[in-house]
Amino acid sequence: MSDRRVGRRGFLASGSAATLAALAGCTGVPGSSGGGGGSGDDTITLGILEDRSGNFALVGDPKHKASLLAIEEINQNGGIDGKQIEVFDPDPQSDNQRYQELTRRAIQQEQVDALWAGYSSATREAIRPIIDREDQLYFYTTQYEGGVCDKNVFAVGPTARQQLGSVLPYLREEYGPEIYTIAADYNFGQLSADWVKVLADENDAEVIGEEFIPLSNSQFGSTINRIQEADPDFVMSMLVGANHTSFYEQKASAGLDVPIGTSTAMAQGYEHLRLDPPAMANIYAGVNYMEEIPTERNTSDGGFVDRYYEKFPDAPYLNEEAENNYFSIYMYKAAVEQAGTTNQEEVKSALESGITYGAPEAPGEEEISLVPETHHVDHHMWVMRADENHNVEAVDDRVIPETFLKDTVGCDLTEEDEETQYTPQDFYEEAG
Amino acid sequence: MINGLNLLFQFLDSFAFVVLAAAGLAIIFGIMGVINLAHGEFIMLGAYATTLASVRLGLPLVAAMLVGMVVTALFGLLVERVIISGSIPNAIGQRVAGRDLMEPLYDRLADSMVATWGLSLIMVQGVRITLGNSLDQIGTPLGELAYGGFSYSMYRVVLSGVALGVLVLAYLVFTRTEFGMRARATIQDEDTARALGVDTERTYAATFVIGSGLAGLTGALYAPTVTMVPGLGGSFLVEAFVAVVVGGPSVVLGTALAGGFLGGINALVSNLLGTTAGRIALLVTAIVMIRFLPDGITGFVERVRARRQEGGA
Repeated sequence: MSDRRVGRRGFLASGSAATLAALAGCTGVPGSSGGGGGSGDDTITLGILEDRSGNFALVGDPKHKASLLAIEEINQNGGIDGKQIEVFDPDPQSDNQRYQELTRRAIQQEQVDALWAGYSSATREAIRPIIDREDQLYFYTTQYEGGVCDKNVFAVGPTARQQLGSVLPYLREEYGPEIYTIAADYNFGQLSADWVKVLADENDAEVIGEEFIPLSNSQFGSTINRIQEADPDFVMSMLVGANHTSFYEQKASAGLDVPIGTSTAMAQGYEHLRLDPPAMANIYAGVNYMEEIPTERNTSDGGFVDRYYEKFPDAPYLNEEAENNYFSIYMYKAAVEQAGTTNQEEVKSALESGITYGAPEAPGEEEISLVPETHHVDHHMWVMRADENHNVEAVDDRVIPETFLKDTVGCDLTEEDEETQYTPQDFYEEAG
Repeated sequence: MINGLNLLFQFLDSFAFVVLAAAGLAIIFGIMGVINLAHGEFIMLGAYATTLASVRLGLPLVAAMLVGMVVTALFGLLVERVIISGSIPNAIGQRVAGRDLMEPLYDRLADSMVATWGLSLIMVQGVRITLGNSLDQIGTPLGELAYGGFSYSMYRVVLSGVALGVLVLAYLVFTRTEFGMRARATIQDEDTARALGVDTERTYAATFVIGSGLAGLTGALYAPTVTMVPGLGGSFLVEAFVAVVVGGPSVVLGTALAGGFLGGINALVSNLLGTTAGRIALLVTAIVMIRFLPDGITGFVERVRARRQEGGA
């Protein structure tokens, strides 16, 4: 089958390759190269850049492991269209500059057919210009603030509107309308806090206090006092990283027992396993996946969890982003088989045809679908609650479509190529 | 709206954090002229040793904390012999090549910073490789102190008592013991002290061990309250540095004054305006201090006293 690229980069590359070949007088088999994979026709190379050291190692390591699991499974079952998958997976060490270097290397030297890279929004934004310049097919799998409408980016993690949109309405019903927001003081936290305001407005609730906390801060005495002073019905917490995790231990030891909704705790850094109970008691996480979600595909014998720990017996946890890496590699496989080529433009078109997959997060026979217009996923979202012994159980679940880009912004990547990130301030008065 | 008790507890909390974070750094810097950029990682080591002793060996918390402190102090001794004084490499060098391999890092600020910074990187990655990206954590003991609609962690109130105890103990060690006298003599004039029979080398080693032990104690005390990851020392380092800059050269008094001053500012501002503002206030204070009192509070006090004495004479 033909592997020739028709994208801008592919066109230039194959053009110059053909010229060179002609000049040198040695013509290879037509169409045998240029499809990426570096090592020829019968393999596919995937770039997996995930942090195994540095700040994000705790959350990045499971992403790396789950990617390897998906790739091993696919290879054992005959590969993608008969081609085995090879991996380019150096450790970016949570360093954005290293990410930029490795992304260039993955695209230009290793010629990866598709790239998975990065945990934080800052990393994504650091490498997105490179990805767009090279028209590289790219999967970003972390749950994030939302709004990226980019023809090359498939942001398959749930967005703030999906995560907060599952847990906030639930807590509003259970506990009342007054919300206090605490969030990490950077792009992700600020935008998530704006989403809390928008969702509060839509759910007849009110944000009565808001505090942004620097990532380096690990002492929460005054924050706890301020929450007690405001006396909200529940807290929305978008704290991020190891320093902020100290909040949960400290609020427990200070006797603050208000319910907390979150898009960041437990599902990514498994705080319910790492901290001593009852630090995480009464914490509600709005997530598309946690190791504990009770679906057939996830927890049955030989299910996702079993397969993961069989390959990695010492792994500490199987987190939300790991599942996103896992199912998106299968979505990529489906797209390549549908397109009949690894040509990136054609694979993108195939992904835009409405690929679905029976991911571990979805119960029964349900499948989650990749939305063609926005490159986001209509996830099956879960509200997971931890009790005083840190047992986690599902209290609510349903499919929540990603409506912000599709309905509010009107992003349609099947019609128009874009490379923009939209924010809620552009569209909602409450967020301003 | 300011609640008086909130402010008091917040002050005690910040005071304890600043004093405990800074004590080890200040002592090593004040006496040896070595800036230990691995100070945060020494704190991490203390916290890790405490947590492991408690979780894996099942020791009671206080005993585990003692383990954390001792382990860090011993590690400090090793670091002093190998990197700071270079006596072990030099002994090897004398045997093998017949000459010293390195100069001690005493009073070499920039060199000591680079060397210990390298050490800190090795420690973080070493812990990550041997123990993974995180540890299961021990819970905070002692429960809470409730008042009105508010409550505060009892443990954190106790910490401020421990911080005061550390200051008093350090004061006694440096003013009432023979070691303290030798240490002060070494600071004032190393050559004369040596001429008078003070084994300055040994004084330095002991100082570094004490400083490391204090860092280990800080880690041990905060182990139940912070997240156990290899990079946890980072959140202590800023406060420690600001405290040393603000406090000035007098080790014990400087740390105490800096703790009170910075703790007060931090408590007031974060109570009124939130955590971010509190941290900004800390750093602004440091900038203003460096501009107007480059020798810190105690340096300023020294200067005023010297001027008075000159005026009186």
